[in-house]
Amino acid sequence: MVQDLLHSQPGILNFGIFFILALVLLLVILGFVTYAILAERKVMGFMQLRYGPNQVGGPWGLLQTVADVLKLLLKEDTIPKLADRPLFILAPVIAFAPSFVVIATIPFTDKLQFADIGVGLLYYIAISGLTTIGVVMAGWSSNNKYALLGGMRAAAQMISYEIPLVMSVLGVILLTGSMNLNEIVAAQENVWYILIQPIGFLVFFIASVAELNRIPFDLPEAENELIAGYFVEYSGFRWAFFMLAEYVYMFAMASLTTVLFLGGWLPIFSFLDFIPGAVWFALKFSLVVFMLLWFRSTFPRIKADQLMEFGWKVLLPVALANIFLTAIIKELLSLF
Amino acid sequence: MSGEKDLEQLKKEAAEKAKAAALAKKKAREQQETEVSEAVAPAEDEDLAKKKAAAAAKAKAAALAKKKAEEQQAGSESEDREDEDLAKKKAAAAAKAKAAALAKKKAEEQQAGSESEDREDEDLAKKKAAAAAKAKAAAAAKAKAARAKQESPEAVGDDAKAKAIAAAKAKAAAAAKAKAAAKAKQEGGEASDDAKAKAIAAAKAKAGSKGAEAPVAEVKPSVNQPYLDKYVKVIEEHLGNDVLEDSYINRLSKDVPTLVAKRETYYKVVQFLKYNEQLGFDYLSELHGVDYETHMEVYVHLYSYKNSQSVAVKVKLDRDEPTIESLCPLWAGANWPECEAYDLLGIKFLNHPNLHRIMLGEDWVGHPLRKDYEPYDVEV
Amino acid sequence: MLRTEEMLLNVGPQHPSTHGVFRLILKIDGETIKEAKPVIGYLHRGTEKLAEDLQYTQIIPYTDRMDYVSAMTNNYVICHAVETMMGIEVPERAEYLRVMAMELGRVSSHLLWWGTFVLDLGATSPLLYAFREREMILNLLNELSGARLTFNYMRVGGVKWDAPEGWVDKVRDFIPHMREQVKGYHDLVTGNEIFLNRVKGIGKYSKEDALNYSLSGPNLRCTGMKWDLRKNEPYSIYDRFDFDVPTREEGDVLSRYHVRFAEIEESLKILEQCVEQFPEEGPVIAKVPKIIKAPKGEAFVRIESPRGEIGCYIASDGKKEPYRLKFRRPSFYNLQILPKLLEGESISNLIAILGAVDIILGEVDG
Repeated sequence: MVQDLLHSQPGILNFGIFFILALVLLLVILGFVTYAILAERKVMGFMQLRYGPNQVGGPWGLLQTVADVLKLLLKEDTIPKLADRPLFILAPVIAFAPSFVVIATIPFTDKLQFADIGVGLLYYIAISGLTTIGVVMAGWSSNNKYALLGGMRAAAQMISYEIPLVMSVLGVILLTGSMNLNEIVAAQENVWYILIQPIGFLVFFIASVAELNRIPFDLPEAENELIAGYFVEYSGFRWAFFMLAEYVYMFAMASLTTVLFLGGWLPIFSFLDFIPGAVWFALKFSLVVFMLLWFRSTFPRIKADQLMEFGWKVLLPVALANIFLTAIIKELLSLF
Repeated sequence: MSGEKDLEQLKKEAAEKAKAAALAKKKAREQQETEVSEAVAPAEDEDLAKKKAAAAAKAKAAALAKKKAEEQQAGSESEDREDEDLAKKKAAAAAKAKAAALAKKKAEEQQAGSESEDREDEDLAKKKAAAAAKAKAAAAAKAKAARAKQESPEAVGDDAKAKAIAAAKAKAAAAAKAKAAAKAKQEGGEASDDAKAKAIAAAKAKAGSKGAEAPVAEVKPSVNQPYLDKYVKVIEEHLGNDVLEDSYINRLSKDVPTLVAKRETYYKVVQFLKYNEQLGFDYLSELHGVDYETHMEVYVHLYSYKNSQSVAVKVKLDRDEPTIESLCPLWAGANWPECEAYDLLGIKFLNHPNLHRIMLGEDWVGHPLRKDYEPYDVEV
Repeated sequence: MLRTEEMLLNVGPQHPSTHGVFRLILKIDGETIKEAKPVIGYLHRGTEKLAEDLQYTQIIPYTDRMDYVSAMTNNYVICHAVETMMGIEVPERAEYLRVMAMELGRVSSHLLWWGTFVLDLGATSPLLYAFREREMILNLLNELSGARLTFNYMRVGGVKWDAPEGWVDKVRDFIPHMREQVKGYHDLVTGNEIFLNRVKGIGKYSKEDALNYSLSGPNLRCTGMKWDLRKNEPYSIYDRFDFDVPTREEGDVLSRYHVRFAEIEESLKILEQCVEQFPEEGPVIAKVPKIIKAPKGEAFVRIESPRGEIGCYIASDGKKEPYRLKFRRPSFYNLQILPKLLEGESISNLIAILGAVDIILGEVDG
């Protein structure tokens, strides 16, 4: 549907339609973020012998996050006196915008997709890297040493883990022969890539957790070391933007994992295809999100030097070996 | 048994004893009288001046004299009672005979008297010498207290003999008490008994260290006494006779051997305690200061993991200018405790790597744990 | 030319991982610590000064506030000091109650340490698990003393109250439960590869260093020094119990972790024997004078607290207040080695090393 719009005449009506569609997507994502945060708190609560939110919005605390966001909106917006003001204000925006932009290429079902571009995967990876600029900017402009350390850690981590991330999906691209996400899903008609590319999946999953800055790779924030890392000086809604970016990325990354390795909207067995694709997608997606939450309440944080070592000395070689192996297997298969 | 053997002599001794008791009583009375003016007694002062600073000595001498008088009175009272009742006196004479034999004679009696006293068992000759020495010391002390200058044992020969017996008796009593205490592992000892034994022992220790220059090998009912003797001996062998001001067993503190070093020799002593192979006190357990108003004191508790033994080292400092060598070169762990002592008491530690006010901050006025501390408040 | 600059970083006094108002001034180059300077005293309440105007019984509540994680041992040390001076024999039943209270306190202290230490490393859940069992212990101690943290339970000569009906049975039931949970803790954290990477070989020191810096408790035992005052200089009734002194040889953060865990097990062993031997009845406090006056003189006693050797020095002039009171506070001594350990380490390691020293700021600052 978006393809049709793209090919139609430019004009105020079409702009309006685009705008409204984007707004709807934003609202959907905000809704997800609201309940992802709630889910995180609930799941962690259950794993930690607690109840989690249970007051605002009934016994399940369904409106807890809404209340929290309202509180954030009402909070005083503080900017340190010696901060680099323009950068300080710009940083949350730069951190958040790419997270929203990458969602456009994710195919939720065969029909529900905003931009079906040929290099969808490349686009995703390229755009998501921009967020780091926002993070480093925030770290620098805060004029706070902890923030600076956090920003530096974020930059180092992004560079170290973006590479294995890209390398690990090369196997998938090799097998599919395309970078289009729709085609990647279609190629998993018979068997999901998680089964054909187990090594690739592992590397991808680890690297994606690192990209998301979640435990055990949450070094840029590292509450117990850097207090809150790069956003230590932020408050109110600027702070909320960073959190929003983080959760939107979680949404995007879980979606991407689903698409790349779990067969997207395809049913687990073909006779189950009476269940709509959106439900399948949601189920797989939830599973990935749950894994992330599970990690968070289980693992301790890794150390900065070990993080680098792990990225460069373990993940990257493994990912490269995976590419090599995949290429050989593919060639051998095509021989017969 | 042994009492039958020389009843005659015993009777004589008893008579002597009675005489001695009367004398002691008289002396005690005299002492009590002089006690009031003791603080200015010149003879006593001259004698003591060698050991202690004049001001401190006065107070101590008074306390000492009081203690001695108490002890003597206790002894003389019991003997007085014996004087009154002849029948009783005979029975007492038998007991005394035993005590006398204990002091004079050999192993069997001694074992009967004080079985648990290992040291006595081991070294009888030493014990005899000790008894004699103590008698001498006691005699000297008493003589000094009474007439200041009659120290010669010949001059008070009869007295000394009688006193030796008396001392031995007192010791036997103390030993019995100590035995009881030791049996109960120092838990079961009645407070009063303990205190009494302590008082006697303390008084004796004082008398010993004051009366005789040579180390008096006293046998005291403390398991740690041999250790203290060893420490003192080793220290005196290596560092000379005059590095320690005092040394005693602190009965209140689980019998910890306590050495009081001199201000100048403190570091040397502690260093020696740490590095000497026999002593090997390799652990600094505690270091702090105390303000005694007359002087400052630094209390150091050391522990030897090698020998599983504790020792407390104390040093007295001038209160107006309390400076002392730091122990940081010996133990890095002395750093903060010394800072704390500096902060709260104002004791300055020389050669300390970073002496600063660790708790209160550099802008704090005064040292709160000093007894004359007045809180400084700009508002008032 | 690439040039780096050193930077001063203030860690604390408000920092989530300093466990209180402890401040470290770090000189860092990137994330490498060049020099660390600890600053303490933010929580100094002058307990020793206050005590000079208080009677001995009145001082006991102040000791609760020193090491507020295991207040029972603090209660004990001052009572023990006064009892030693006065030569008071504590009744059997009181001794058992004291030992049980102290060992429960030790378990709860180590549990809290474990939870917060692992939390510092970034794992959030173990803290909550540790608090579950700690809660049970606090409830037990609450039933005993009427307070959850600042017990003020012991008195010179015994304890304030006898145990309520059925309390000992509750302790008996708690022991196997705790043993089960300790296994679970090991499963959850000890084998975790990330955890091991963060603690193995970090913050190492030798036995000589440990003695030189006057370390005590698990910080000393992790270097292979088999030393525990409960065993080596038995006080109270510890000589009656059969227990081990756990040691490790490595002297790193992990070894301290293991020593503390093993100590939980040993404490449970002691508790078990206590429950078995607990006298049916008897007084819980000795006959002591109404107004306690320690005899003239001085005394220094030391006992084993969860953090190490806690000592109490009393100089008395025979009055009802101490002339001078001084606590040898293990955290204060143990913390001294920190600057040496931090040199050349990264900020991530700082958290692990500081956490493993196990300081309680109330105790550091006195």
